[in-house]
Amino acid sequence: MRLLVSACAMAVLALSAGASEPAGVADAMILSDGLPRSLADYRFFRDGAGWQPNERVTPYSLNTPLFTDYAEKYRFIYVPEGQQAKANGDGMLDFPVGSALIKSFGYEIDGKPRLLETRVLLHRADGWLALPYVWNEEQTEAVLKVAGARIPVSFTDPSGKQRAISYAVPNKNQCKECHALSDAVVPIGPKARNLTHDGQLADFARLGLIDRNPEVDYRVPVWGEASAPLNDRARGYLDVNCAHCHNAGGSASNSGLFLTYEEDMPVRIGINKRPVAAGRGSGTHDFDIAPGDPQGSIMIYRLNSLDPGISMPEVGRSIVHDEGVALLSQWIAEME
Amino acid sequence: MIRSLLVATALCLSAPALAKTIAVAPGEDAQERLQEALILAEPGDVVALGAGRFDLVDGLSLDVDGVTVRGDGMDQTVLNFAGQLGAGEGLLVTSDNVILRDFAIEDSKGDGIKSKGADNIVYYKIRVEWTRGPHPENGAYAIYPVESSNVLVDSVTTIGSSDAGIYVGQSENIIVRNSVAKYNVAGIEIENSIGADVYNNIAVNNTGGILVFDLPNIPKQGGRNVRVFDNIVVDNNTPNFAPEGNIVASVPTGMGIMVMSHYEVEVFDNIIAENGTGNILIVSYTKGQNDPNYNPKPIGVRVFENQHGRAGYKPAFPGGDLLKAAFGGAIPPIIEDGTGENILIGDDVPVMTLGLTTPGQPLTEAKPALSAGASEPFDGGQLKPVVLPEAMEAAVR
Repeated sequence: MRLLVSACAMAVLALSAGASEPAGVADAMILSDGLPRSLADYRFFRDGAGWQPNERVTPYSLNTPLFTDYAEKYRFIYVPEGQQAKANGDGMLDFPVGSALIKSFGYEIDGKPRLLETRVLLHRADGWLALPYVWNEEQTEAVLKVAGARIPVSFTDPSGKQRAISYAVPNKNQCKECHALSDAVVPIGPKARNLTHDGQLADFARLGLIDRNPEVDYRVPVWGEASAPLNDRARGYLDVNCAHCHNAGGSASNSGLFLTYEEDMPVRIGINKRPVAAGRGSGTHDFDIAPGDPQGSIMIYRLNSLDPGISMPEVGRSIVHDEGVALLSQWIAEME
Repeated sequence: MIRSLLVATALCLSAPALAKTIAVAPGEDAQERLQEALILAEPGDVVALGAGRFDLVDGLSLDVDGVTVRGDGMDQTVLNFAGQLGAGEGLLVTSDNVILRDFAIEDSKGDGIKSKGADNIVYYKIRVEWTRGPHPENGAYAIYPVESSNVLVDSVTTIGSSDAGIYVGQSENIIVRNSVAKYNVAGIEIENSIGADVYNNIAVNNTGGILVFDLPNIPKQGGRNVRVFDNIVVDNNTPNFAPEGNIVASVPTGMGIMVMSHYEVEVFDNIIAENGTGNILIVSYTKGQNDPNYNPKPIGVRVFENQHGRAGYKPAFPGGDLLKAAFGGAIPPIIEDGTGENILIGDDVPVMTLGLTTPGQPLTEAKPALSAGASEPFDGGQLKPVVLPEAMEAAVR
């Protein structure tokens, strides 16, 4: 979080000092039909280390973020000069062609931030493209790794526990697995309902990044906000962590388990729903959610597993998210 | 800037190019080299896998249309996933017009090969195997096309799946033929699909040989028009090792061909023998469900001209032993629960009906009765053969 604050400060600096700076973001790289080899080719950052956002590259954060092995994430939106994203109720912001979403992943190691990878989502004329860039040991350059990578990393999690994992950088196809909606790549994070904290949407509107500050009737609670209704927190967590695949047009469409914030049919969110193709993911349980019985629910069983044949989500998790499991377990336990 | 643009142009995805062969050999960094080849391949390309064992640490995936992935043979080129750390399957295909042929997948942590929304997919001479044999912690499906139109599974071998060896789900226009399924829970399963021909296969030593199911609360349901013919379905008596909770965990051990809650199924010209519970079982979906769009009954099932061997000598369902004694040592080879509509049995063997009237009614309320089967065998064929696009057939000629 501290790192994020410094990133924000730099962005403000960037916006105020923009005019005297040299080249802005390389729009041609976003719009080309190639696969730029180095992250620096886009000029999203002024520095080689990927911390100082360039002009019009705006940091943002989510109310409830996707869990990725406790990695710190640094997110940025880029919308080209003279254009705006359109707010769309409490749903996904509608970004014009030429926009980019940039997300760096790292850990604080020995008191120093260390970036592992930066993923970019480029809005090209023929649709969105997702590409992963992996940082070198010296933290001076991130290069394209279409086939992904595994990086051994040790860090201390927020509860103080020491962790050693094989961090997985997704390959280009795995990027699409989560970002696919009816076979097209789309953004996942920047839904208005998940951007409401600390007046962020108003700031976006004021900066001209979005066309207006939208009315959000049903916001996703801020992660850790214990005063928010349990159901909202649980459904928000499912929306952010699961619904990009578990929706009617997503990678898990065949499961019939739909975990979007909008879904209101109990069997579709898993209540007394039998598994379709879970295999040993069922863990001998009959239902995705057995009301009142988290330990007898497939959902909790799979979130608690690290076995690739069982664990959910399928991509991006090699640690159990204890806090997420606790939230959903409480939600199911209190369900009648 | 200019240099970057040149690089970008060189890597351009949409530039027209002549189809090429990208050779990938086993050895160091197999994961990255093979995955990169699958990503950078262009339509028309062949990714040629060399002979030997590829030791892989993550799932592989292909999302480029029109690519052929070809090995040196299902016993020569082996993709070994024993050390897999991530992904729900060994290989995932999400693009159209893909041909997979002449290689093996071994010991993947989840499914073997899954193709989702992948139209016109061909699986040819592929082997998917869990090498320790039947085990509840084996992956669920070996060959797993789902949500696809035009599926050809030809001359594959599947061994050890903890769910189904060849599982085609929520798809249309399907042929499964010339394949071997052994030591799986279900050998071959067609589920919630429309239009399938399953023929010239051997299903042996599974828990159940061939299943045709339609299940509730699934995006695509109303399974119909499936023909199961010219198969050898023998000795499917491997004790059920599916994890509880899955539908196949309820398949009785010793099942030949099972039809559950489905429209329009024809089972004919098969050789079905040595299945301890029964050769053919026709039933409703029995678990509770309240899906208003779901038909739990078998409707329009025609069974004819099959050759029956011994069956029903070890019925693995509640009350089976009593029935076996009542029938003098073996229950009839064909069993129906009585809830179906338009069930025509043309085979000249005894048929047992359980006399149930409602889907989900408990077996304790069954009123088993014997009927003689058809004295005049008939040809009940009404469904038309499945025809696949010519390019798919050409790919396996």
